[in-house]
Order: sequence, then C-alpha cells, then structure tokens
Amino acid sequence: MCLAVPMKIVELKDMEAIVELGGVRRSVSLTLLTEDTLQVGDYVIVHAGFAIQKLDDDDARERLILLKEMLELA
Amino acid sequence: MGITEKIAGEKITLAHGSGGIQMHNLIRSLFQKRFRNEWLDQMSDSAVIGNPVGDGDALCFTTDSYVVSPLFFPGGDIGKLAVCGTVNDLAVEGATPLFLSCGFIVEEGCEILVLEKVADSMADAARAAGVKIVAGDFKVVEKGKADSIFINTSGIGRRSRSRCFGREHIRAGDKVLINGFIGEHGAAVMAARGNFDLQSDIKSDCAPLNGIISDMLAVSEGIRFMRDPTRGGIATTLNEIAEGANFGITLDEAALPLRDDVKAACEILGFDPLYLANEGKVIAIVSAEDSSCVLDAMRSHTLGRESRIIGEVTASHAGRVVMKTLLGAHRIIDMLSGEQLPRIC
Amino acid sequence: MKYLDEYRDPALAHRILDKIAEACGERSELAAIMEVCGTHTMSIARAGLRSLLGENLRLLSGPGCPVCVTPNDYLDRAIAIARQRDAIIATFGDMMKVPGSSSSLYQERGNGARIEMVYSPLDALKIAEQNPLNKVIFLGVGFETTAPTVAATLAKARADGVKNFFVLCGHKIVPPALFALVNDPELKLDGFLCPGHVSAIIGSRPYEFIARDYGLPCVIAGFEPLDILQGIWMILRQIIEKRGASVEIQYSRAVAAEGNPKAAAFMEKVFEPVDSIWRGLGKIPASGLAIKEEFGDWDAARVIQADVGETREPAGCICGMILRGVRLPMDCPLFRKTCTPENPVGACMVSSEGTCAAYYKYGNG
Repeated sequence: MCLAVPMKIVELKDMEAIVELGGVRRSVSLTLLTEDTLQVGDYVIVHAGFAIQKLDDDDARERLILLKEMLELA
Repeated sequence: MGITEKIAGEKITLAHGSGGIQMHNLIRSLFQKRFRNEWLDQMSDSAVIGNPVGDGDALCFTTDSYVVSPLFFPGGDIGKLAVCGTVNDLAVEGATPLFLSCGFIVEEGCEILVLEKVADSMADAARAAGVKIVAGDFKVVEKGKADSIFINTSGIGRRSRSRCFGREHIRAGDKVLINGFIGEHGAAVMAARGNFDLQSDIKSDCAPLNGIISDMLAVSEGIRFMRDPTRGGIATTLNEIAEGANFGITLDEAALPLRDDVKAACEILGFDPLYLANEGKVIAIVSAEDSSCVLDAMRSHTLGRESRIIGEVTASHAGRVVMKTLLGAHRIIDMLSGEQLPRIC
Repeated sequence: MKYLDEYRDPALAHRILDKIAEACGERSELAAIMEVCGTHTMSIARAGLRSLLGENLRLLSGPGCPVCVTPNDYLDRAIAIARQRDAIIATFGDMMKVPGSSSSLYQERGNGARIEMVYSPLDALKIAEQNPLNKVIFLGVGFETTAPTVAATLAKARADGVKNFFVLCGHKIVPPALFALVNDPELKLDGFLCPGHVSAIIGSRPYEFIARDYGLPCVIAGFEPLDILQGIWMILRQIIEKRGASVEIQYSRAVAAEGNPKAAAFMEKVFEPVDSIWRGLGKIPASGLAIKEEFGDWDAARVIQADVGETREPAGCICGMILRGVRLPMDCPLFRKTCTPENPVGACMVSSEGTCAAYYKYGNG
C-alpha cells in the first residue's frame, strides 16, 4: 500500500519543491518527475518525500464532468 | 480486549502510555486491582471523595503527570499543560478547581532559564484558571534519567452536592457535544517534534476548561457526563463512556469539527484525527431537551465558538461507538490500540 | 482540499451506488472484485463502502499491503541488526509493530535499540549524514510506488559519498503476485481493482495479461470513495457488456498508460528482480527486488553481518487464504481472540492496512 497525497507546489528550487496541502507544507524531491515544465500552482502526488507524478488538471476536470454526465446529473 | 490480558514477562512499551487499550488494561489489572476502593472505582478523571470539609459540598481530587516532548510547542508548553490538564480533570467532574500541587523532576543540565519560562507559564495558566498552586516538590536526577523536565500536578476542587454526573445518568437520545476542533494538540506536538518535517500553523488547543464548563452548568441541569478527550482522542474517550454500558454512541462524521491543516497532516501521515490528543476540549453528554441551550452557552464562550453536536446516544449497538460516515454508511470506532504511527509504504 | 474533497461527494457517491446496484441486478450471480492495495482496503473500510454495496457484490482484499506480506526472516534480520551497538534503524512507521519470530522493532526500541521513524528515505539519509559514526539502515519495504524513492535515495547516497547509509531491501513488485493469484485454482474472481499509486509508476500495461489471457477486467482506481465506486462500476460494466475484458484507467488524473518512465528507470538502475517470499503466499518468481551489485556497498544484506537465528512463521492463522481472498477474517479462529491489533499473530493484522486489521478496526463494513 502506498499512501500518497495530492499537494500543490508553492515554491520551486532546482530538484526540490515546497508543496502544500490544507496549510501544511513540506519540502519534496522532484528527482522522479519527468516533467521539466513544472510551475508553482501545479499539483503533484507526493509519496515518502518525493513527487511521483504531476496531476493532470484538465483530465481531472473533464473526467468529473463525464462522470456526472454518465450519472445523468449534468 | 480482555482485562485479564497476561502481563507477566512483558515489558512496558510506549503503547502502555498512549491512552489506548494497553494503558487501560494495565491500569485495571495492575493498579486498580491492588488499590481498590469506592473512590478509585469511580474510575473518573477526578475522584469525588464526599464532604470531609463538612459544608455540604463534595471534594474532588485528581493527579496527572506531564512528560511532553518538546517542552515548548505552538499553543503551549509543558507548564501550561500541567496546569490546564489537572484543572480540566476537575472541571469535567463539575468541580470548581481550587488548589494545585506541583512536583518537578528535572534532568541535570536543564537550563534554569527554561525552567523559569515553564514556571512563568504555569503561573499565567493558574491565574487564567483561577487556581492557586499551594504546594510543590523539586527533584533533580542525573543526566539521562529524565528528559529535561517532568511535572506532576495534583488538584483539589469543590463540587456542589446538588450536581451529580455519571455514566449511569446517560440515556438513549442524549446528545454528544464538543466545544470545537479536534486533534489540534496531537497534531501540533507531532509537527513540533520535527521528525516528519511538516510546517504548519497548527496550534495546541491547550486551555483551562473550567470557565466554559461553569457557563454550561449554569444553563442546564441536563448535563449527564463530561470528559476531556486527551490521549487517545475522542474515539478513545467515547469508547470509555460506552464500554460495558447499556447504550451505544453514534458519531456523525459530517458534524465533526476538523481544521483543514489538522486534516491535511492526517492525510499526509495516514493518521486518524479521531485518535489525536486534545488538551482544551470537553465532550459533554447532554439531554436532548437541553442540548441547544448548552450548545448556545458553549458558543458564547471564547473556547467554544466552534462547538457542535457530533453525535447521539443510542439504544442500539450497546457498548460500542459507531460512526455514520460521510457516505451514510456505519462503521465501528474502536479505542486507540497502541501509539498511532505514521503509515507510508 | 483540491483533488480530495470533490471525490468525497456523498450525493455523487450514492448515484454511482445506484448504478452499481442496477448493474448487479442485471446479473443473477454474485460478483467478486479484488482490490490489491492496502490504501484501497483502508479507504473502503473508512468510508464504510462494503455495507453500501449490497449483497450481490463481494469486495475481496488481496495482498496489497507490503508490510503484511513481508516475511519473518526479513524482520528477524532487521531486529538482529537493530541490536547491534552502532546501528540506527530508520523505518516507515508501518514496520514498527510487525511481529518477527520473537520480537518487533517496537519492542526492541523499548529494549534500547535506536530506531527512528521517518517519512521519507531521504530523511534516513540525513540521519546517516548527521551520525557519521553510526551505521544507518533504512528498511526498504514497499511496492513500485516506494521502490523508486528508495532507488533515488541510494543513487544520492552514492553521488554524495555517504558510506554509513544502507538499505535492507525487502521491496516487492505487484504484477508477479497477480500472476500467481490468477493461476490459483481456488480463487474465484470477476475483476481486479488495480492499485492507483503503483500504477502511477508502472502504468497500465503490466496488467494487460490479466485481461487478455484470463478474461478478467482490470480498472486502475484512485483512493477516494468516488474513485473506488467508479472503479467498481467500470468493472461491472465490462462484465455486463461482454465487450471483452480490458485494462481501464479510472485514476487518469495521476496515471498515464506508460506510467512514470523516469521513476521506473531509477528502479531499474538500482534494483534487479529476484524470487521473493510473500508472507501467506509463499515464494513467487521474480516478485521481489534486490540491490544490484554496483550498489552493493549500500546493501545491508551484503555488508552487515547479522546473527538472525531461527525464523518461525506464526501457527494457526489463515492469512494465506485471506490474502488470496478465499476466506474472510471472520472465518479465522484467531480473529479478535488471540489475534488483535495489540497482539497481532498473522500478516493481515500487523499493519493497519491489513485486511484483518481493517475488519477489526472498522467492523465488517
């Protein structure tokens, strides 16, 4: 099992970032990310002190809309 | 969770001091068994020892030791904690706290300046709570025999004879009230330890509860029982209330007051806020009729702005605490088992 | 909180539950779906999903908790090293209470061993740098989500020339265990809810054999209630629509089909696959990771001698069958009696994500 949470990048410096969730901040390593276009404001999945994946915001939004459509809510 | 759990051969671990099942079992099978008497057997936060002063009021007596590390944390320190904790143990029995004693065990090498800061904050807290520190003891042990400063405080309070509280007064339909956000102290101390490198503005809720409790008692005769959910969190306290009783307790997840930062710290470390310590919270079981006037009284006090009704006493699932989840499902809430440890992998 | 709260919406969850009930109604027989991730197990238990899913759907918890499947000999070795005078063990909190043959790290700390709980393997490396006279041994346990973080830390230790940092490698990988499961004749399954964070690293392709060769639908799902419910619904639709089993990604906000190639490359650089013993399941070919020769100087198993003694597995527990989903915790004679979270006997009770621990803590729901 792998506890990992979505956290927002609030500061970027080389291969490290300060990320934030609900007012709690931590420094994480970006060594494992392929992304070279990370920006402050992006969300990453954080596990054991590393960002392991950048969250795809467009995809997340579209998927939620799609889900609501499938549930005949939209 | 058998009370007769074998203890021979076992050693004390931190789990025995974390306020959960292990501590519960140890206290019962090792201490209570040997010290047994009608006052100890109340097993409440303070012993109500009748009226030896002879003026019709009851005397309440309690003691607690404080070993928090680090000594200073956002929202408080060991001194404030040592006063508030004992004051609160008296207050939740409905007593007006009057006098405290304090015993210090200090490690050789502890800076006097640090001790002074701790004493200052004890004096401030005592003033805020309206209690006098009237007796004390001071011991120094060799380096390594203690961690900087340990404090024990005992407290005496007075309770009007006309008030009686007890689990036996709790009825199905009663409401469960709390005076604000849960888990702040546990989260603040954990963050202050720095092991997990989390930065936040989380502060301990450490505060004397006698003021808000006296406001609550002033508006209602329907308060059946009170407890301060310290170590082990509200889950453990509610389990202590329900254990062996002919009623159950249902918590409403949607009603739980939880600050975003405490929730976030829990998400990151895999903790459950229901099991995090509080040092300025009271859980009150109140009759349904009086619940709204008690809630109003709580909200009028600075320590109760975020007060909520978080659950209800039920005739069903006697002896157990059940939580109605956000999705409307029901799950059992057990006592804390051992220390809460972060889970990552 | 973004990416969390919107996936906890009760109204949406109940709409999906209705859809699931509808889908279940179209089939007469019971559907059994297995999740292979401890975080799924916990999330399902915490939200009480089981009690909402109705009679026709059975959720089984597979071997998804790395701590639970770590065998005693790994723990016994960690404990033997912890007893050495100059050793500092650095570990995730998950490992602390896991019982070895005769002790646990938690007990050893009570006996004076230096054991530090860390959030990240990088924190363990920091401890090594701060304590140059000690050996700092990080307990590398976890699946493909965690292994790259340990690989990256080892690479950093080598680059920075930290010589007193070691990893006791107990990492395991998920697809070979799934291969073992689907070949188990006792197992009756209709689909897999695949682990979201493992898949964030490995992508969706490693599951394709399950859909292709065994006809079982696989859906990679996230961890919030809506994610899990939608994942279940997607599996049921695959079953009902009979369009042939496939691997679908529900958790696409975090999982790409190709996974995270850079993280996977780190793993490949540092580790190599080996046969590995899973507590309760036995030896599974190529299901574990060992530290490669070129990183041998940081491999605790090679460098640090330890007198491990005799390893014993707990007797009388049915964890193996629970991990394979052929029995439920309540079927075990030890459950809630001699086996409790305070005194865990078997694999599934030791970690809070273990199936038995989740059932114990959250009731049967």
